[in-house]
Amino acid sequence: MSPTRSEFFQGVRASLPIVAAAAPFGMLFGALAVDNGLTVGEAVLMSATVFAGASQMVGLELFGASIAPWIVVLSVFAVNFRHVLYSAALGRRIGLFKPWQKPIAFFFLTDPQYAASEARADRKLALTMSWYMGMALPVYVLWIVEAYIGGVFGSLITDPAALGIDFLLPIYFLGLVLGFRARPNWLPVVIASGLGSILAFYTVGSPWHVSLGALAGVAVAMLLPPQSPEDGEIAP
Amino acid sequence: MTGEFLGLPMTVWTIIGAAIVTYAARAGGHLVLSRFRRIPPRIDAALNAVPAAVLATLVAPAAVTSGPAEAVTLAICLAIGFRLPMMAMFCIGWALIVALRAAGL
Repeated sequence: MSPTRSEFFQGVRASLPIVAAAAPFGMLFGALAVDNGLTVGEAVLMSATVFAGASQMVGLELFGASIAPWIVVLSVFAVNFRHVLYSAALGRRIGLFKPWQKPIAFFFLTDPQYAASEARADRKLALTMSWYMGMALPVYVLWIVEAYIGGVFGSLITDPAALGIDFLLPIYFLGLVLGFRARPNWLPVVIASGLGSILAFYTVGSPWHVSLGALAGVAVAMLLPPQSPEDGEIAP
Repeated sequence: MTGEFLGLPMTVWTIIGAAIVTYAARAGGHLVLSRFRRIPPRIDAALNAVPAAVLATLVAPAAVTSGPAEAVTLAICLAIGFRLPMMAMFCIGWALIVALRAAGL
Protein backbone atom coordinates (compact mmCIF):
# COMPACT_ATOMS: atom_id res chain seq x y z
CA MET A 1 0.00 0.00 0.00
CA SER A 2 1.33 3.46 -0.84
CA PRO A 3 2.10 5.77 2.10
CA THR A 4 -0.77 8.01 1.07
CA ARG A 5 -3.30 5.17 1.13
CA SER A 6 -2.06 3.72 4.40
CA GLU A 7 -2.21 7.18 6.00
CA PHE A 8 -5.76 7.60 4.74
CA PHE A 9 -6.78 4.31 6.35
CA GLN A 10 -4.98 5.20 9.58
CA GLY A 11 -7.21 8.27 9.61
CA VAL A 12 -10.30 6.14 8.95
CA ARG A 13 -9.39 3.89 11.89
CA ALA A 14 -8.92 6.95 14.14
CA SER A 15 -12.36 8.21 13.10
CA LEU A 16 -14.31 5.11 14.18
CA PRO A 17 -14.85 6.03 17.87
CA ILE A 18 -15.97 9.51 16.78
CA VAL A 19 -18.35 8.03 14.21
CA ALA A 20 -19.92 5.85 16.91
CA ALA A 21 -20.18 8.65 19.47
CA ALA A 22 -21.64 11.13 16.98
CA ALA A 23 -24.20 8.75 15.44
CA PRO A 24 -26.98 9.17 18.05
CA PHE A 25 -26.63 12.93 17.91
CA GLY A 26 -26.58 12.98 14.12
CA MET A 27 -29.90 11.14 14.05
CA LEU A 28 -31.26 13.19 16.96
CA PHE A 29 -30.48 16.31 14.96
CA GLY A 30 -32.49 15.04 12.00
CA ALA A 31 -35.45 14.08 14.20
CA LEU A 32 -35.45 17.37 16.13
CA ALA A 33 -35.06 19.36 12.92
CA VAL A 34 -38.26 17.88 11.57
CA ASP A 35 -39.92 18.38 14.97
CA ASN A 36 -38.92 22.07 14.76
CA GLY A 37 -40.49 22.53 11.33
CA LEU A 38 -37.61 21.89 8.93
CA THR A 39 -38.02 19.53 6.00
CA VAL A 40 -35.86 16.40 5.79
CA GLY A 41 -34.01 18.07 2.89
CA GLU A 42 -33.27 21.17 4.98
CA ALA A 43 -32.01 19.01 7.85
CA VAL A 44 -29.66 17.18 5.46
CA LEU A 45 -28.57 20.50 3.92
CA MET A 46 -27.73 21.87 7.37
CA SER A 47 -25.70 18.81 8.37
CA ALA A 48 -23.87 18.87 5.03
CA THR A 49 -23.02 22.59 5.04
CA VAL A 50 -22.65 23.58 8.71
CA PHE A 51 -21.26 20.25 10.05
CA ALA A 52 -21.08 21.40 13.68
CA GLY A 53 -23.42 19.49 15.99
CA ALA A 54 -23.93 21.86 18.91
CA SER A 55 -24.49 24.90 16.72
CA GLN A 56 -26.91 22.99 14.50
CA MET A 57 -28.97 22.19 17.60
CA VAL A 58 -28.85 25.85 18.65
CA GLY A 59 -30.05 26.79 15.18
CA LEU A 60 -33.00 24.40 15.54
CA GLU A 61 -33.98 25.78 18.93
CA LEU A 62 -34.20 29.25 17.37
CA PHE A 63 -35.84 28.15 14.09
CA GLY A 64 -38.70 26.82 16.20
CA ALA A 65 -39.23 30.23 17.80
CA SER A 66 -39.71 32.29 14.59
CA ILE A 67 -36.71 34.51 15.19
CA ALA A 68 -35.09 36.85 12.65
CA PRO A 69 -32.68 34.88 10.42
CA TRP A 70 -29.68 37.07 11.25
CA ILE A 71 -30.07 36.32 14.96
CA VAL A 72 -30.06 32.59 14.20
CA VAL A 73 -26.91 33.02 12.11
CA LEU A 74 -25.28 35.15 14.83
CA SER A 75 -26.08 32.56 17.49
CA VAL A 76 -24.58 29.77 15.35
CA PHE A 77 -21.50 31.93 14.90
CA ALA A 78 -21.27 32.53 18.66
CA VAL A 79 -21.40 28.80 19.41
CA ASN A 80 -18.83 28.05 16.69
CA PHE A 81 -16.53 30.88 17.60
CA ARG A 82 -14.25 28.47 19.47
CA HIS A 83 -13.21 27.11 16.06
CA VAL A 84 -11.25 30.32 15.56
CA LEU A 85 -8.88 29.01 18.22
CA TYR A 86 -8.70 25.52 16.68
CA SER A 87 -8.02 27.06 13.30
CA ALA A 88 -5.23 29.26 14.63
CA ALA A 89 -3.69 26.34 16.54
CA LEU A 90 -4.00 23.84 13.69
CA GLY A 91 -2.44 26.32 11.31
CA ARG A 92 0.93 25.54 12.91
CA ARG A 93 0.48 21.81 12.33
CA ILE A 94 -0.44 21.63 8.65
CA GLY A 95 2.85 22.60 7.08
CA LEU A 96 2.72 19.39 4.99
CA PHE A 97 -0.55 20.44 3.34
CA LYS A 98 -0.47 22.02 -0.12
CA PRO A 99 -1.88 25.59 -0.21
CA TRP A 100 -5.05 24.48 -2.05
CA GLN A 101 -5.67 21.75 0.54
CA LYS A 102 -5.82 24.07 3.54
CA PRO A 103 -9.13 25.80 2.70
CA ILE A 104 -10.69 22.34 2.21
CA ALA A 105 -9.23 21.05 5.47
CA PHE A 106 -10.68 23.94 7.49
CA PHE A 107 -14.22 23.04 6.41
CA PHE A 108 -13.87 19.71 8.27
CA LEU A 109 -12.35 21.21 11.44
CA THR A 110 -14.80 19.88 14.04
CA ASP A 111 -13.96 19.50 17.76
CA PRO A 112 -12.91 15.80 17.45
CA GLN A 113 -11.06 16.48 14.20
CA TYR A 114 -9.03 19.16 15.94
CA ALA A 115 -8.36 16.98 18.99
CA ALA A 116 -7.27 14.00 16.87
CA SER A 117 -5.02 16.15 14.68
CA GLU A 118 -3.28 17.66 17.69
CA ALA A 119 -2.89 14.19 19.21
CA ARG A 120 -1.31 12.84 16.00
CA ALA A 121 1.07 15.79 15.79
CA ASP A 122 2.01 15.26 19.46
CA ARG A 123 2.98 11.66 18.67
CA LYS A 124 5.36 13.00 15.99
CA LEU A 125 3.40 11.25 13.23
CA ALA A 126 3.06 12.99 9.89
CA LEU A 127 -0.08 15.12 9.77
CA THR A 128 -0.89 14.86 6.06
CA MET A 129 -3.96 15.72 4.04
CA SER A 130 -4.46 11.95 3.41
CA TRP A 131 -4.63 11.15 7.12
CA TYR A 132 -6.73 14.26 7.81
CA MET A 133 -9.34 13.38 5.19
CA GLY A 134 -9.32 9.72 6.23
CA MET A 135 -10.33 10.96 9.66
CA ALA A 136 -12.80 13.58 8.41
CA LEU A 137 -14.72 11.87 5.59
CA PRO A 138 -16.32 8.94 7.51
CA VAL A 139 -17.53 11.35 10.20
CA TYR A 140 -18.84 13.79 7.58
CA VAL A 141 -20.56 11.31 5.27
CA LEU A 142 -22.27 9.48 8.13
CA TRP A 143 -23.27 12.78 9.77
CA ILE A 144 -25.25 13.60 6.60
CA VAL A 145 -26.76 10.10 6.35
CA GLU A 146 -27.77 10.26 10.03
CA ALA A 147 -29.57 13.57 9.51
CA TYR A 148 -31.59 11.90 6.74
CA ILE A 149 -32.41 8.80 8.82
CA GLY A 150 -33.30 10.91 11.86
CA GLY A 151 -35.43 13.23 9.74
CA VAL A 152 -37.40 10.38 8.17
CA PHE A 153 -38.04 8.75 11.54
CA GLY A 154 -38.69 12.12 13.20
CA SER A 155 -41.54 12.81 10.81
CA LEU A 156 -43.20 9.56 11.96
CA ILE A 157 -43.37 10.79 15.58
CA THR A 158 -46.83 12.24 16.16
CA ASP A 159 -46.63 13.24 19.84
CA PRO A 160 -43.10 14.52 20.59
CA ALA A 161 -44.04 15.78 24.09
CA ALA A 162 -45.12 12.32 25.32
CA LEU A 163 -41.72 10.96 24.25
CA GLY A 164 -39.88 13.91 25.78
CA ILE A 165 -38.44 14.83 22.35
CA ASP A 166 -39.25 18.52 22.74
CA PHE A 167 -37.12 18.75 25.89
CA LEU A 168 -34.01 16.91 24.65
CA LEU A 169 -32.24 20.06 23.48
CA PRO A 170 -31.96 21.71 26.93
CA ILE A 171 -30.65 18.41 28.36
CA TYR A 172 -28.16 18.15 25.50
CA PHE A 173 -27.05 21.77 25.96
CA LEU A 174 -26.62 21.18 29.69
CA GLY A 175 -24.31 18.27 28.87
CA LEU A 176 -22.28 20.52 26.55
CA VAL A 177 -22.06 23.23 29.23
CA LEU A 178 -20.70 20.65 31.68
CA GLY A 179 -18.24 19.44 29.04
CA PHE A 180 -16.51 22.83 29.18
CA ARG A 181 -16.08 22.74 32.97
CA ALA A 182 -12.28 22.41 32.81
CA ARG A 183 -12.09 25.90 31.30
CA PRO A 184 -10.81 28.76 33.46
CA ASN A 185 -13.52 30.54 35.47
CA TRP A 186 -16.15 28.14 34.13
CA LEU A 187 -18.48 28.33 37.14
CA PRO A 188 -18.72 32.14 37.45
CA VAL A 189 -19.17 32.41 33.67
CA VAL A 190 -21.99 29.85 33.62
CA ILE A 191 -23.72 31.41 36.65
CA ALA A 192 -23.51 34.89 35.10
CA SER A 193 -24.84 33.66 31.73
CA GLY A 194 -27.59 31.61 33.33
CA LEU A 195 -28.84 34.36 35.63
CA GLY A 196 -28.33 36.99 32.94
CA SER A 197 -30.39 35.01 30.43
CA ILE A 198 -33.23 34.43 32.92
CA LEU A 199 -33.27 38.11 33.82
CA ALA A 200 -33.24 39.11 30.14
CA PHE A 201 -35.91 36.52 29.34
CA TYR A 202 -38.32 38.16 31.81
CA THR A 203 -37.42 41.80 31.06
CA VAL A 204 -36.33 42.21 27.41
CA GLY A 205 -37.78 38.90 26.22
CA SER A 206 -36.77 36.13 23.84
CA PRO A 207 -34.56 35.89 21.73
CA TRP A 208 -32.42 38.61 23.33
CA HIS A 209 -31.86 36.50 26.42
CA VAL A 210 -29.35 34.46 24.39
CA SER A 211 -27.06 37.32 23.38
CA LEU A 212 -27.51 39.33 26.61
CA GLY A 213 -26.93 36.30 28.83
CA ALA A 214 -23.87 35.24 26.84
CA LEU A 215 -22.55 38.80 27.05
CA ALA A 216 -22.87 38.71 30.85
CA GLY A 217 -20.85 35.47 31.00
CA VAL A 218 -18.15 36.74 28.64
CA ALA A 219 -17.90 40.02 30.58
CA VAL A 220 -17.33 38.06 33.80
CA ALA A 221 -14.60 36.02 32.06
CA MET A 222 -12.86 39.23 30.97
CA LEU A 223 -13.10 40.90 34.38
CA LEU A 224 -11.96 37.99 36.53
CA PRO A 225 -8.22 37.46 36.95
CA PRO A 226 -7.01 34.99 34.29
CA GLN A 227 -6.38 31.38 35.37
CA SER A 228 -3.99 28.71 34.01
CA PRO A 229 -2.01 30.69 31.42
CA GLU A 230 -1.26 27.62 29.28
CA ASP A 231 -4.93 27.22 28.42
CA GLY A 232 -5.89 28.54 25.01
CA GLU A 233 -2.44 29.83 24.24
CA ILE A 234 -1.69 29.82 20.56
CA ALA A 235 2.07 30.26 20.31
CA PRO A 236 3.97 27.02 21.03
CA MET B 1 -39.60 31.42 9.92
CA THR B 2 -41.68 31.96 6.79
CA GLY B 3 -41.39 33.66 3.40
CA GLU B 4 -39.12 33.25 0.41
CA PHE B 5 -36.23 35.14 -1.12
CA LEU B 6 -35.05 34.52 -4.69
CA GLY B 7 -37.23 31.41 -4.81
CA LEU B 8 -35.69 29.75 -1.76
CA PRO B 9 -37.34 29.51 1.68
CA MET B 10 -35.84 31.76 4.36
CA THR B 11 -34.93 28.63 6.30
CA VAL B 12 -32.56 27.61 3.50
CA TRP B 13 -30.98 31.08 3.45
CA THR B 14 -30.52 30.93 7.21
CA ILE B 15 -28.80 27.54 6.89
CA ILE B 16 -26.52 28.95 4.18
CA GLY B 17 -25.71 31.91 6.44
CA ALA B 18 -24.95 29.54 9.33
CA ALA B 19 -22.67 27.51 7.05
CA ILE B 20 -20.79 30.64 5.92
CA VAL B 21 -20.14 31.96 9.45
CA THR B 22 -19.09 28.49 10.62
CA TYR B 23 -16.57 28.20 7.78
CA ALA B 24 -15.40 31.75 8.51
CA ALA B 25 -14.62 30.72 12.10
CA ARG B 26 -12.83 27.56 10.99
CA ALA B 27 -10.66 29.24 8.37
CA GLY B 28 -10.47 32.71 9.94
CA GLY B 29 -8.52 31.75 13.03
CA HIS B 30 -5.59 30.65 10.91
CA LEU B 31 -5.83 33.70 8.66
CA VAL B 32 -6.21 36.33 11.41
CA LEU B 33 -4.96 35.05 14.75
CA SER B 34 -1.82 33.45 13.32
CA ARG B 35 -0.55 37.00 12.73
CA PHE B 36 -0.43 37.56 16.48
CA ARG B 37 2.38 35.96 18.41
CA ARG B 38 0.13 35.81 21.46
CA ILE B 39 -3.50 36.69 22.13
CA PRO B 40 -4.00 39.31 24.89
CA PRO B 41 -5.00 37.38 28.07
CA ARG B 42 -8.36 39.11 28.51
CA ILE B 43 -9.36 38.46 24.89
CA ASP B 44 -8.22 34.86 25.30
CA ALA B 45 -10.32 34.54 28.47
CA ALA B 46 -13.32 36.00 26.64
CA LEU B 47 -12.93 33.61 23.68
CA ASN B 48 -12.57 30.65 26.03
CA ALA B 49 -15.78 31.58 27.82
CA VAL B 50 -17.95 32.00 24.72
CA PRO B 51 -19.28 28.44 24.16
CA ALA B 52 -20.26 27.76 27.79
CA ALA B 53 -21.71 31.27 28.10
CA VAL B 54 -23.89 30.88 25.00
CA LEU B 55 -25.03 27.35 25.84
CA ALA B 56 -25.92 28.26 29.44
CA THR B 57 -28.41 30.83 28.13
CA LEU B 58 -30.26 28.03 26.34
CA VAL B 59 -30.53 25.91 29.50
CA ALA B 60 -31.29 28.35 32.32
CA PRO B 61 -34.56 29.83 30.99
CA ALA B 62 -35.76 26.33 30.04
CA ALA B 63 -35.17 25.27 33.65
CA VAL B 64 -37.26 28.06 35.20
CA THR B 65 -40.02 28.62 32.63
CA SER B 66 -41.04 25.14 31.44
CA GLY B 67 -42.59 23.47 34.49
CA PRO B 68 -41.79 21.23 37.47
CA ALA B 69 -41.01 18.07 35.46
CA GLU B 70 -38.52 19.98 33.30
CA ALA B 71 -36.94 21.80 36.26
CA VAL B 72 -36.48 18.56 38.23
CA THR B 73 -35.02 16.80 35.17
CA LEU B 74 -32.43 19.52 34.58
CA ALA B 75 -31.53 19.72 38.29
CA ILE B 76 -30.87 15.97 38.45
CA CYS B 77 -28.98 16.05 35.14
CA LEU B 78 -26.81 18.86 36.48
CA ALA B 79 -26.00 16.82 39.59
CA ILE B 80 -25.15 13.59 37.73
CA GLY B 81 -23.49 15.37 34.80
CA PHE B 82 -20.42 16.12 36.90
CA ARG B 83 -19.79 12.38 37.37
CA LEU B 84 -21.22 10.60 34.34
CA PRO B 85 -20.26 10.85 30.66
CA MET B 86 -22.40 13.07 28.45
CA MET B 87 -24.22 10.17 26.79
CA ALA B 88 -25.20 8.54 30.11
CA MET B 89 -26.47 11.83 31.52
CA PHE B 90 -28.41 12.47 28.34
CA CYS B 91 -30.13 9.07 28.41
CA ILE B 92 -31.02 9.35 32.10
CA GLY B 93 -32.37 12.87 31.48
CA TRP B 94 -34.47 11.57 28.59
CA ALA B 95 -35.92 8.78 30.74
CA LEU B 96 -36.60 11.25 33.58
CA ILE B 97 -38.55 13.76 31.49
CA VAL B 98 -40.71 11.00 30.02
CA ALA B 99 -41.34 9.41 33.45
CA LEU B 100 -42.04 12.69 35.27
CA ARG B 101 -44.44 13.87 32.57
CA ALA B 102 -46.19 10.51 32.55
CA ALA B 103 -46.53 10.82 36.35
CA GLY B 104 -48.34 14.11 35.74
CA LEU B 105 -45.74 16.40 37.28
